[in-house]
Amino acid sequence: MGEGAAAVWPLTHAQVMGVLETVKDPEIPVISVVELGIVRDVSVQPDGVQVTITPTYSGCPAMHEIEADVRAALVAAGAPSVSVAMVHAPAWTTDWIGPEAREKLRAYGIAPPTKAAPPGLITLTRARTPVPCPFCGSRETRLQSEFGSTACKAIHVCQSCRQPFDEFKPF
Amino acid sequence: ASAELCGPARSADLLSHDEQQDAVVAVPAAKGPAFNPAGVRGPQLGDPLVEALLRLGDDRLILGHRLSEWCGHGPILEEDIALSNLALDLIGHATSLLALAGAVEGQGRDEDALAYFRDGTAFRNCLLVEQPNGDFAETIVRQFLFDVASVLTWDALRHSTDARVAAIAAKSLKEDTYHLRHSTEWVIRLGDGTEESHTRAQRALDRLWRFTGELLTPDAIDAAVVAHGLVIDHDAVAARWRTMVADVVQRATLTLPADGPMQRGGRVGRHTEHLGHLLATMQSVARAHPGARW
Repeated sequence: MGEGAAAVWPLTHAQVMGVLETVKDPEIPVISVVELGIVRDVSVQPDGVQVTITPTYSGCPAMHEIEADVRAALVAAGAPSVSVAMVHAPAWTTDWIGPEAREKLRAYGIAPPTKAAPPGLITLTRARTPVPCPFCGSRETRLQSEFGSTACKAIHVCQSCRQPFDEFKPF
Repeated sequence: ASAELCGPARSADLLSHDEQQDAVVAVPAAKGPAFNPAGVRGPQLGDPLVEALLRLGDDRLILGHRLSEWCGHGPILEEDIALSNLALDLIGHATSLLALAGAVEGQGRDEDALAYFRDGTAFRNCLLVEQPNGDFAETIVRQFLFDVASVLTWDALRHSTDARVAAIAAKSLKEDTYHLRHSTEWVIRLGDGTEESHTRAQRALDRLWRFTGELLTPDAIDAAVVAHGLVIDHDAVAARWRTMVADVVQRATLTLPADGPMQRGGRVGRHTEHLGHLLATMQSVARAHPGARW
């Protein structure tokens, strides 16, 4: 994944980040693991690279694939060894997804997440603000289910263009 | 009346109330082998921190497995997906907790060894989560009763001075908050729905109530892990649990069951017969092909 460039070692911190920008979320192939906000630390050492990532959801099966993809991309770029560490704290939040990545999600047909609720605020039922349709922009949408095709998504239906769509849940 | 609701097959499978309530938890000295003081009836328990982590992890592993039994059988597609999502989250939490339990134990057992190569008496989950799925109402009511307790437990443990526990708690709390909202809305919809759904939801509540006494009643293990930074104000949490459950039950037009005798034992390894059947399924592949990778 070195984009044709010859593998060189040592890599700079910026080069490692550049490589990680090419590693996409396997479930949402338009945004990278960096844009997703799960890369928490990168450390370039004399003998290799250490990458620290945090899981999105605890049981997300994509995390194993992401770990393997990160490793493969950095090895291809010339890193002699790659270690991937997993940390739980601070807990990942969709607030770490930047504005550009949000626009990419919307263009891909996934409504981007709204602001996440602060921890510890437990609401048994929720007054839901309709999520704008990523296809036609209408706010005439309704929530079908808070659990969708992957752990991070909810299912909505647009009443205006009749299109069902995913929402990246605020988390 | 409760025995009748429970059905003869089910109540006969359970240990008697007296036997259940006799269960004594013996806590070993800070370090050293598990022990029981002479003459005390009860199972051998290990290091308190390991025991506490197994309780948390096993609750989620067993409930996660139960929910996974719905995969492909949900009443509607969205609910099939939702229950599988809950299962995935819970098994994720169990993975973190059992990995930590194995690390603290220091015997070289990882999360898979703990999940697949322990027998029933070594499991520390509460009896509620091992109860069969029953109909959809029973699955939802079981989930709701557990979710309230789980959210309140994580809300307390996210302030733990044990950074590893606090990290798992903070993460799990976020996911469980979605679970609780889901089960709450279903309890209200079923209870305040049709005559049939109301009847089934009330029956589920009446059947499962006897298992709620074990959820938030502290014992010697809970007292012992305060020194490890796992601090839960059980009185406050139990009171909040009751308030939240009563609120939703009332909104669902259901009736809160009277507090009769409670079934206990899961926390010390005494389970209903249902756990054995569950483990036979859950552990069969790992035991038939130990060390297999795919």
